[in-house]
Amino acid sequence: MILFAHPAYHKSRINKTLINAIKDLDGVTINNLYEKYPDFFIDIPVEQELLAEHDIIIWQHPFYWYSAPALVKEWMDLVLQHGFAYGTQGRALEGKWALSSISTGGRKEVYCTEGKNHYTINEFLAPFHQSVNLCRMQYLPPFVVHGSHTLAQDQLKTCAANYRSLILLLRDSKINPAIFENIEYINEIIKQDA
Amino acid sequence: MHNHEFFLNALIYLGAAVVSVPIAKKLGLGSVLGYLLAGIIIGPFVLRLVGNEADEVMHFAEFGVVLMLFIIGLELEPRLLWKMRRSIFGLGGLQVLITAGLITAIALLLNFQLNRAMAIGLILALSSTAIVLQTLSEKGLMRNIAGRSAFSVLLFQDMAVIPILALIPIIATLGAPADLSDTALNNIGEVAQMPGWLQLLIIIGAITAMVIIGRFAARHIFRLVAETGLHEVFVALALLMVIGIALGMDAIGLSPALGTFIAGVVLADSEYRHELETTIDPFKGLLLGLFFISVGASINFNLLIEDPWIIVLFVLLLIFVKFVVLLILGRMFRLKKGFEFLFAFLLAQASEFAFVLISFSKQNKLFDDETSGMLLLVVTLSMAVSPLLLIFNDKAVSPILARWHNKLEYDEIEEEENPVILAGFGRFGLTVGRILLANGFKVTILDNNPSNVETLRKYGFKLYFGDITRPTMLEKAGIEKARLLILSMAEHENALKVAETVRKKYPHVKILARARDIFHVFEYLNLNISKVQRETFHSAAELSNTALVELGFSKYEAYRATRTFKHHEDQVTEELYRHWLEDQGKFIQETRRFEEQVKETLQAEKNYSIHDSDCAWDVDSLKDEAKKQS
Repeated sequence: MILFAHPAYHKSRINKTLINAIKDLDGVTINNLYEKYPDFFIDIPVEQELLAEHDIIIWQHPFYWYSAPALVKEWMDLVLQHGFAYGTQGRALEGKWALSSISTGGRKEVYCTEGKNHYTINEFLAPFHQSVNLCRMQYLPPFVVHGSHTLAQDQLKTCAANYRSLILLLRDSKINPAIFENIEYINEIIKQDA
Repeated sequence: MHNHEFFLNALIYLGAAVVSVPIAKKLGLGSVLGYLLAGIIIGPFVLRLVGNEADEVMHFAEFGVVLMLFIIGLELEPRLLWKMRRSIFGLGGLQVLITAGLITAIALLLNFQLNRAMAIGLILALSSTAIVLQTLSEKGLMRNIAGRSAFSVLLFQDMAVIPILALIPIIATLGAPADLSDTALNNIGEVAQMPGWLQLLIIIGAITAMVIIGRFAARHIFRLVAETGLHEVFVALALLMVIGIALGMDAIGLSPALGTFIAGVVLADSEYRHELETTIDPFKGLLLGLFFISVGASINFNLLIEDPWIIVLFVLLLIFVKFVVLLILGRMFRLKKGFEFLFAFLLAQASEFAFVLISFSKQNKLFDDETSGMLLLVVTLSMAVSPLLLIFNDKAVSPILARWHNKLEYDEIEEEENPVILAGFGRFGLTVGRILLANGFKVTILDNNPSNVETLRKYGFKLYFGDITRPTMLEKAGIEKARLLILSMAEHENALKVAETVRKKYPHVKILARARDIFHVFEYLNLNISKVQRETFHSAAELSNTALVELGFSKYEAYRATRTFKHHEDQVTEELYRHWLEDQGKFIQETRRFEEQVKETLQAEKNYSIHDSDCAWDVDSLKDEAKKQS
């Protein structure tokens, strides 16, 4: 399930292209949060049911202020309830996979200790990583599109194709989880494949 | 024994009212006709339960008219009255003069002497304040333009009663010599015998005194009495005041009704206005009812049986003359599109003042027994017919006129091919339209209320006067090319019809609609239209949100609670719709079903704890677990 969040979808280029690349796939649900909950009133039972039905959860969104758009946080606050997602009784998500799929304006070089942003993407994503751990899920490295403002159309096309391949691989369980330990971004799997 | 008779009479009158008025209302005849019929039935010609004392009762009950004008005065701010001056004096004045002139002329043709003819003309020119105002408030027409005009005319007529009372003795001496010393002038008070200028001075003085007292002293008196906490004393004071004014006005030769009306206007902006109104209102209602009953009981059917055709002819002639004059004047004073007909039908009967004036004329030896008996009968019958006239207007005249106006005056719509058609641009549609326009969408706006269209055009909106229920109008509005049809009109039944047509003929058009209530929502769901908003639901929810905040909820808490309720309501609506579909086959009374479903809704409410959904931020289960571990 793609938990997609983009508050200005009509202006989006990267995320729209990515979504379009995968929206026809069987077995893939695109859960467009801003479309479903424009007033942030999240239907908790519906969301929990969706979670239960899917094996892999992907938070797909632009990287705002080094994190997700506000609705994603609201979704986590409300849906990942104690007793459902975590706690001694909360085992609904146990064993599922989860990862982030983000797009950022900054190039990869700025996301390091020496760069302008001082931290790496994975450091910024620590809250997601740990939340996933708390829910007894398997955390996967993120899918990242860097330099979203300057990305040329054909580069974007490649990105989208890669994304589609990744989703297909995930869907069809063709990835050995052992590989995750050695890579920074999940993008690398596709490149190795290609 | 006297007491016994009094209570017996009360029993008869009240009983008649209680039985006949609800029946008349059920039949759509209005309460006035109900009372009149009750009077006829208990009167000397059917059940003979009441006899000659009906006249006395009538005089007593005329006080109801006085109370009614007091209440109307309370509801009219002086500013508004001032705005109506043109129609009061222009329309009212012309109506009395022209109608009186015409009736006088007809009476002359019928070989009445000039002075008698004039008296008849003046008396019959007046219309019934009691019937018309009762009808107006019952039908909610007080704010209608025709209703307001009718009210203006009645107000002028009430004032005109004073000079007419003064004129009758003078007219009486014109033709046949009459013995002035023997006239009944004494009956209307000493002031009337004084010279005109003095009379005028006294009247002005009295009214000024009333205004001053009403403005400055009345509130203190009311407060003193209200502070006692004894409601009945307040009631007594209110009645005392009205009766006092009535008697006072009577003493100086002014119509009591007019006097109390002025008193009402003076008190219209006092803080006791509402309390006065609710205090006086039941008395007014009962007395007016009594008045109408006594009018019904006093109809002299003997005269009618003797000369039925003549009487019927006179009644019809009277109504016809008054109607035509009113219709023409209504037109002159810019009543259009059927309002002139409503106005004319409203005022086409004779007045209860006629009873007073006829007997006064008789005392002045102006009329003999036969003439006054016949006049009384004509007046009464015209009053009895007048509710029927209005029904005739509602059922026959106004539909025809509406159709006729539609043909002539709907706007031609330019071919615009806008993506949105908005039907109804009133209180609801205005907001819808403004939001769409503000976001740059092109909207074809239709509204079927001409004055609304005119006003909004002044604000720069482009909208068409038209009736969306007509298929040609839909086509012209560009339904074929439209993507969206928004039914925001208040006429829910019509909206449903339009929705049905469009669903069938133009299935590509999406329909959004304003619904009156949940049943109306169901009707739309039946047409497979789910994008419907109940017209008051969201504003009510917003207000309750504010209420929760006022009661101590934090704003976000209140927001969540209200939002949860709305969400819940959406789900319940679907559920109720299924129930409704199943029930529809069986015949259950509408009200009963409604009751049941409200109960169901409330039950569902109880089973749903609003804050269950909010356990994310402060979870008891988490706290418990943490305690256990530590």
